[in-house]
Amino acid sequence: MGILEVKNVGKRFGGLQALGDVNLSVAERSVHAIIGPNGAGKSTLLNCLVGKLIPDTGSVMFDGQSVLGRKPHQINQMGISRVFQTPEIFGDLSVLENMMIPCFAKRDGSFGLNAITNVMSEKDVVASAEHMLEDMNMADKREMQASSLSRGDKRRLEIGMCLSQQPRLLLLDEPTAGMARADTNNTIDLLKQISDERDITIAIIEHDMHVVFSLAQRITVLAQGTPLVEDTPDNIKGHPKVREAYLGETQTAA
Amino acid sequence: MDAIILQILNGLDKGSAYALIALGLTLIFGTLGVVNFAHGALFMIGAFCAVTLSRLLSLSHEVAVEGEVDFLGNPMMKDVPYIYDIFGEATGAAIIDWSVPLSILFAIPVMVAIGFIMERGLIQHFYKRPHADQILVTFGLAIVLQEIIKYFYGANPIPTPAPAAFTGSFDFGAVLGFDPNTIIYPYWRLVYFAFAAIIIGAVFAFLQFTTFGMVVRAGMADRETVGLLGINIDKRFTIMFGIAAAVAGLAGVMYTPINSPNYHMGMDFLVLSFVVVVVGGMGSLPGAVLAGFLLGVLESFASMGAVLEVLPGINQIIIYLVAIVILLTRPRGLMGRKGVMEE
Amino acid sequence: MFGLNSKDTKLLLVVIALTMLAPFILNPFPEGSAMAQFNGGYPDLMQRLVIFGIFAIGFNILFGLTGYLSFGHAAFLGVGSYAAIWMMKLLTMNVIPAIMISVLVAGLFSLLVGWISLRRSGIYFSILTLAFAQMSYSLAYSVLTPITGGETGLQPKINDPRILDGALAAGETPRANLFGLEMGSSYEMTFGNWVFTFNAGYYIAAVVMILAFYLSIRIFRSPFGMMLRAVKSNQQRLNYTGLNAKPYTLAAFVISGMYAGLAGGLLVAMDTQVGAERMFWTASGEVVLMTILGGAGTLIGPVLGAGFIKYMENIVSKINKTVLEQWFAFMPDGIEDFIITIVYPFVGKGWHLTLGLLFMLVVIFLPGGLVQGGQKVFGLFRRKKASDEKTDGKTTPAE
Repeated sequence: MGILEVKNVGKRFGGLQALGDVNLSVAERSVHAIIGPNGAGKSTLLNCLVGKLIPDTGSVMFDGQSVLGRKPHQINQMGISRVFQTPEIFGDLSVLENMMIPCFAKRDGSFGLNAITNVMSEKDVVASAEHMLEDMNMADKREMQASSLSRGDKRRLEIGMCLSQQPRLLLLDEPTAGMARADTNNTIDLLKQISDERDITIAIIEHDMHVVFSLAQRITVLAQGTPLVEDTPDNIKGHPKVREAYLGETQTAA
Repeated sequence: MDAIILQILNGLDKGSAYALIALGLTLIFGTLGVVNFAHGALFMIGAFCAVTLSRLLSLSHEVAVEGEVDFLGNPMMKDVPYIYDIFGEATGAAIIDWSVPLSILFAIPVMVAIGFIMERGLIQHFYKRPHADQILVTFGLAIVLQEIIKYFYGANPIPTPAPAAFTGSFDFGAVLGFDPNTIIYPYWRLVYFAFAAIIIGAVFAFLQFTTFGMVVRAGMADRETVGLLGINIDKRFTIMFGIAAAVAGLAGVMYTPINSPNYHMGMDFLVLSFVVVVVGGMGSLPGAVLAGFLLGVLESFASMGAVLEVLPGINQIIIYLVAIVILLTRPRGLMGRKGVMEE
Repeated sequence: MFGLNSKDTKLLLVVIALTMLAPFILNPFPEGSAMAQFNGGYPDLMQRLVIFGIFAIGFNILFGLTGYLSFGHAAFLGVGSYAAIWMMKLLTMNVIPAIMISVLVAGLFSLLVGWISLRRSGIYFSILTLAFAQMSYSLAYSVLTPITGGETGLQPKINDPRILDGALAAGETPRANLFGLEMGSSYEMTFGNWVFTFNAGYYIAAVVMILAFYLSIRIFRSPFGMMLRAVKSNQQRLNYTGLNAKPYTLAAFVISGMYAGLAGGLLVAMDTQVGAERMFWTASGEVVLMTILGGAGTLIGPVLGAGFIKYMENIVSKINKTVLEQWFAFMPDGIEDFIITIVYPFVGKGWHLTLGLLFMLVVIFLPGGLVQGGQKVFGLFRRKKASDEKTDGKTTPAE
């Protein structure tokens, strides 16, 4: 029994069957990648996991509880954090404030009406935010406005924000899309380190095969809304069905 | 039955005004993505175009009346409009009498010009700014425009009558087989409704059957793609702004005999027209027209004595109530597209 | 001090000083001089300055922090006013119960309006609030006349019950008071040709404003305030960080509604009358103008904006042709006439034209309002000074 169990999930947009009949089991403390060509339904699947979309059929269980019908913030409070394709951070706020918000969410739940105390006098929250900034090697940037960070730093910040909630499952949506090679490698190292050092499960949707094969312990290949195969990276590499699905795209996988 | 027909008719003229203003608002919003709080001011300026023309036509000079003297023994003077000198008295008088319909010709170039200046001079700098900024700057512009009109025309309503031929009323009761005098409807309101129908039809025909309209409709659906095709969409959108301004202006011109224009009439109509747009569905032209007439008629029904007895004051708030209910149950409005203005 | 950092403390002290010394600051011209008519230091205006300051401070907590643009806040001010006047009619002319009930009732009303309106965002939210406010206005004018007095409005009458107050003698008018201290009572100080008026009502309103301002600083600096800024910055991220944006925005909406109610209650405390027109949507527009003009999202901006608009309204609308002629009398006749012709539309009754233009200019060029403008000028000045120092050959020691 995995920490995330997706059973018979289907989703239709008008005439388009975006997800056919998806079954997926993500084992606890593993790194599981979901790959597939454009339009395979990767993003739709992800959105069904975090509450942005509600599937037409099937069930999604996280740690024995159904996530369906819950709002994104409720699903997050269950222990699922999401990293977006383009970094979603609080651009108008400082880096430290960005890091403090998930710490408050962890401590106080989805709403807290503390309108009187100064935010900096919440010592425990400040401390854990600063601690996470150090882990992310961003302590020197704590006073910067988040929107002025480089793309790579925004990504680090976003991952750090998700981690500071101590989620049990971290979902990443093409975390290296549009990144330069050096930034991509940094992100891979960061994610490796996270999965080694923390008690966390990582599910990653990715286009870049280099990233997938450097990180994943298990890979699900999605094509036209249904899972094609699920196996270890070594077995996936030479799989004929995968080659078929990726025809024309395999070159980038080398 | 006759009462119902009367209320529907009563709702039509106000509904026509709502529909025309909402049509322009939606055109601007759909093409340019701008929320224009100054659109009511354009309606108001249109009305004052009619005032201006009727004043221009009535410009007079004094002429001595032959054979008559006043009590001091000086020759009796009377004002004679210049237009009498040009066209003779009979034609001149007719022209003055028909000044409101004639103002249509006068208002079109004026309104289109104002629309161009507004779009090129101000609005275009706000395409990429947040909707809140667009609301704020056009709100400021609306204040400025109405204050300018107030400066030149004063704060009091200026009666601007319809041509004498249209001042009577039409007895629908007699025609439709009810008792005479049960459904009496002023001729000018019929004219206004017909006029609104023609304008709305023209705008839709223009968008439907011309290449220009096709490009604009495509742009409303997907601006970026149309831009990628190498079509200069911005220029067309400028023209659309001019057209929207002209539609609002004409709605104002023809409305003057129904309601004497004053400087704040634009704001009064704007708030309601916005509600109309939202009910119809942001970005949907048929929705705007439909909602305009629907709400106009609904408002008129709510003003019936029988209704007011049960629900006092409902006529004052019915439009807002409908808007609130619609927004909460059908956030996209009656005919709105998905994703418009939703964050 | 007061749980604020040094910068905020300074700001608070500046506001305290400005409001306490307002009778001097607003009366710069000696009595009897040609400029005396531009003195703003009379009770009625000073009261309005601080009361609308409160209104704008509250509006800023909603708009400045969360970015939700409400076009209906005058409704809460109006509801607060009606509640206050009923307290004065039924209970006592003492302003304390009146003000308390106005905050409470406006808070409840804004809870209802906010709960519905906040189901939508962006322009839809603006229109919903506008619809609610217009509805309240229309109802106050028509059906609710028994409660609101309709077109004539409401004011305390001599034969109102007022169960806590003793009966008034015939011919005596009910006056708003604070435990006997009448709002209208003033002390006049004469200093040479200058006359300064210290009005009880003004000082009570000013103290309330200072408290309201202090509270808004605390809210801005609190975790709650940070969450509100996060709502404005990226609501999606907030949701996916396990935080529910709705109760945050609703709380902000209700707090700002209560501020509006407080302002409405104070207005009644000062001039004991209320009419539906203060709920009209242009009144809602005015508080938007104040907040943006001063600087939305800044602490001091709304106070400055409210003060600036109310004060300028007073000054500019008093300038007439005669005054202009006096001012430009030194010029040759032709030029004088020309200048007067140009300036005239913008003054006197043309104040709204000036306001509209000013507002447009601020939105176009200074989205941060007067506060941002001030910072820019200050920054320019400092940079110039710094470069001057360099050219002087003086070097500043490295930090």
